[in-house]
Amino acid sequence: MQDLLRRYGAGLTWLCIGLTFFWLVMLVLLPNFTMLESSFRPYLAKVDEGGPLDFYSLGNYMKVFGNEVDFSVFGFVFQMPVRVKVFYLTIVYSALVTVITFVMAYPLAYYLAKIASPKSLPTLFLLLFVPLWVSEILRSFAWWIILAFKGPLNVVLMALGLIDTEIRWIAGFSPVVIGLVYTYVLFMVFPLYNSMQSLDSNQIEAAEDLGSSRWRTHWRVILPHAKPGIASGAVMVFMLSAGSLLVPSLLGSTTSGWFTQTIQGIMMDSQDWNTGAAFAFMLLLVCTIFVSLMMRVFGVKLSDIAK
Amino acid sequence: MNKNSHLLLHIYMGAFLVYLLVPLLVMGGAAFNASKLPTIIPWKGWTDEWFIALWNDNRIWIAFRNTVLVALAVVAIAVPVGTAGAILVNSISGRVRSVIYGMMVAPILIPGVVIGISTLLFWNHFSIGSGLHLSVLGQVSYIASFVMLLVLARLQSFDAGLEEAALDLGATHAQVMRRILLPHLYPAIGAGAAISFFQSIENFNVTLFTRGGADTLTVYVFSKVRSGITPTINALALLLILFTLGAAVWYEVNRRRKESIELAREAEALRAEAAMR
Amino acid sequence: MGAGIELASVCCDFGKFRAVDHVNVNIEPGEFFSFLGPSGCGKTTILRMISGFIEPTEGVVRIGGKDMKGQRPNQRPTALIFQNLALFPLMPVWENIAFGLEVRGVDKAKRRARAEELLALVDLHGAADKMVSQLSGGQKQRVAIARALAVEPSVMLLDEPLSALDLKLRQHMRAELRAIQKRTGVTFIYITHDQGEALAMSDRVGVMSQGKLQQVATPREIYNRPANGFVASFVGENNILPGKVQNVSAGNAGFATPVGVFEARLVGEKSDPGLKLYVRPEHTILSPKAKAKNSVPVTIGDVSFEGSFIVVSAISENGTQLTAELRNDGSATVPAAGTKMHVSFDAANAAILPDTSAAGA
Repeated sequence: MQDLLRRYGAGLTWLCIGLTFFWLVMLVLLPNFTMLESSFRPYLAKVDEGGPLDFYSLGNYMKVFGNEVDFSVFGFVFQMPVRVKVFYLTIVYSALVTVITFVMAYPLAYYLAKIASPKSLPTLFLLLFVPLWVSEILRSFAWWIILAFKGPLNVVLMALGLIDTEIRWIAGFSPVVIGLVYTYVLFMVFPLYNSMQSLDSNQIEAAEDLGSSRWRTHWRVILPHAKPGIASGAVMVFMLSAGSLLVPSLLGSTTSGWFTQTIQGIMMDSQDWNTGAAFAFMLLLVCTIFVSLMMRVFGVKLSDIAK
Repeated sequence: MNKNSHLLLHIYMGAFLVYLLVPLLVMGGAAFNASKLPTIIPWKGWTDEWFIALWNDNRIWIAFRNTVLVALAVVAIAVPVGTAGAILVNSISGRVRSVIYGMMVAPILIPGVVIGISTLLFWNHFSIGSGLHLSVLGQVSYIASFVMLLVLARLQSFDAGLEEAALDLGATHAQVMRRILLPHLYPAIGAGAAISFFQSIENFNVTLFTRGGADTLTVYVFSKVRSGITPTINALALLLILFTLGAAVWYEVNRRRKESIELAREAEALRAEAAMR
Repeated sequence: MGAGIELASVCCDFGKFRAVDHVNVNIEPGEFFSFLGPSGCGKTTILRMISGFIEPTEGVVRIGGKDMKGQRPNQRPTALIFQNLALFPLMPVWENIAFGLEVRGVDKAKRRARAEELLALVDLHGAADKMVSQLSGGQKQRVAIARALAVEPSVMLLDEPLSALDLKLRQHMRAELRAIQKRTGVTFIYITHDQGEALAMSDRVGVMSQGKLQQVATPREIYNRPANGFVASFVGENNILPGKVQNVSAGNAGFATPVGVFEARLVGEKSDPGLKLYVRPEHTILSPKAKAKNSVPVTIGDVSFEGSFIVVSAISENGTQLTAELRNDGSATVPAAGTKMHVSFDAANAAILPDTSAAGA
């Protein structure tokens, strides 16, 4: 503050503070507080607002329970409320997407950081960036075409003799997972690349020189060094997946509900903004918990993740 | 042994690029297929009818105009806000800094759905109903974070001595900002503006909840994909891809040109140094 | 056109640390004045107080007779040349030089003309449209000087601007700076830890240590008549002998050291703490026979040939090492190691000086 005043004078200092205040308070803090506050109030007709029915309760959150449906884990069948099931599956499949993208991205990031010739890097990055610049909706749409019943994937697989009849790809969660992986894998590649790139290649050579096997070198030298990158990639992919509405809506079917779709239904079809707020807050809570978990597990700071 | 594993990785890299790029080719190819459904198989012949249909589709043009207007508004707000935030956070330290920094970074990690709903509810309190103006505010809340991170990174390579030199030469604070600090930040501000623009165009989640009745391109494409689709969308997608690709290549060429100029200057300085001896 | 500067009892504290401690000095208009001292002695703080980046905790800074209190750096008639030069990397050379005029609203054609003029003054023709990154270290130096001169300051403040250059260039730039100063008549205040630089360029030098000004005098006086032990040992080499004052007569005193009793000038009082005897190596005479006064028998030790002079180390009977410097002009015979000789010096060339670090308590 003192520093700012000395360097830019009072006028510019207040301008900076004013703009930042507008952003953090008017666009971030207050909207989220408003959402939290509304989530505890019932959905009422305009005339009843502020009336005797308008009191704080956990009612909106309780709506997550209700409509019990069958749910099976390893063959055991449970009764479970449908929204809890959707909520639970969203988290599980988002985590699955995170793991798949990590497995796919790790060798690629290693290749880019340590093996690819420095000369070819700019071109490789340009090619990798192309899909990133194509909007999410078009990327999911591409898979919608590819996975169609009479679409290119089935035709190619049949021509290769790998399958006899067409597979109905657009069913259950697999197309959602395929779409999410395709859409977000690069958000895993780049943080991993950044963290691996800072590893001194001599360390890898030293490990191999000391007789370490390649797997061991990865496990003991490279992986630990890449920790911040893993954390940052995992956070990005998980958040984007759990928060995605496009991919599940485009590639999903009736059997693959995503929690964001539930929220959308409540907000738009039922117009019940208070329950919508409650569910949105639950989503935010899950994401916050996931971020703190990752920061704890990998021992990194928020500033490392945001890179 | 080592060579073999390198070969495997080379192949993997190639396969990965194929995996990334083929879906886009498939989508682009379908724009030229005379089939009524967007696909490349079966190929029913070459056509440009979808581009003509796209040209004649009024709703797309409205959506396109909306998208560009929203994106420009987002750039106009997010860039100054993010830059101011970066300058502020760069000049403070300690606990206050980490709290404010955390608040600035957090919006990137908030799901778009949440941003959309919270923006809608908050402004509704002031009887400001949904519409594209809310989409702009919602998008700014997290896009400003990207600008802030870019500008902050650039600020860290700034020599504050330059500001003192300018002050000492008689410049006012405003002149120092305009002639010394901002020119140093321009590359980051430019990158921030570009990212803001593209992020805004791409945005779906925030826009969906805040837009009211208005269409943007993503929302329009979304509604089209869900309700009877024609390859017009593919034609649109192809144009968008070509546009972004063109922008990317232009950016890269520009970057390399600047780099080579800088290298030439350094070489000249070294020659001048040698000539003194 | 230079202005005088007066520092009246100026102090500056950083928290509990007193960086500058009651400094009093009057710098004449058009003078080339150097603050000389080791790093951390407070000389840069003084410079920043004159330029206005720091306000003194106590005392008054006057420029041209006017109290500078509350005047910001951009309101003072000073121009600072930074240690790293702080040239604006995104502007071509001429815009750098004309920046001070630009912010004063001078129109472009005039700015350009003035920049060309100044480039000629610093002997850097044809560089106007180059970028800073295209220049060598010495050329950047000249641009920095031209940029500071452009605002026609009455005082120019230089913060070790030559420290980044290599030895040869540094010597060349010394002469250049001195010439520019004489040509423009601007008061130069120069900060350095390099005694050679300070002595060669300055009209007067202020030697600093631990925030205090130890001595202000011409370079000749600083070297030949140092005010205390710190000044003597910071500027130039010495043979230093501890001891005790015995008798005082007419400014001279007898001084008993482990090597013997010597007569020398007494600077200060007999009661001053930490008095020691200081003799420069070049004033130390080697002779085959003992002299009547101030003479010690020695054995020649190491003889090292340094080019223009020869350094001879001589060891007295009680093992004290004394150094003598002989000019390599053929006037002196170079003794061989192990030779028995006598070391002597004139009382006028030896001084008994107080130790300031002891006196400072």
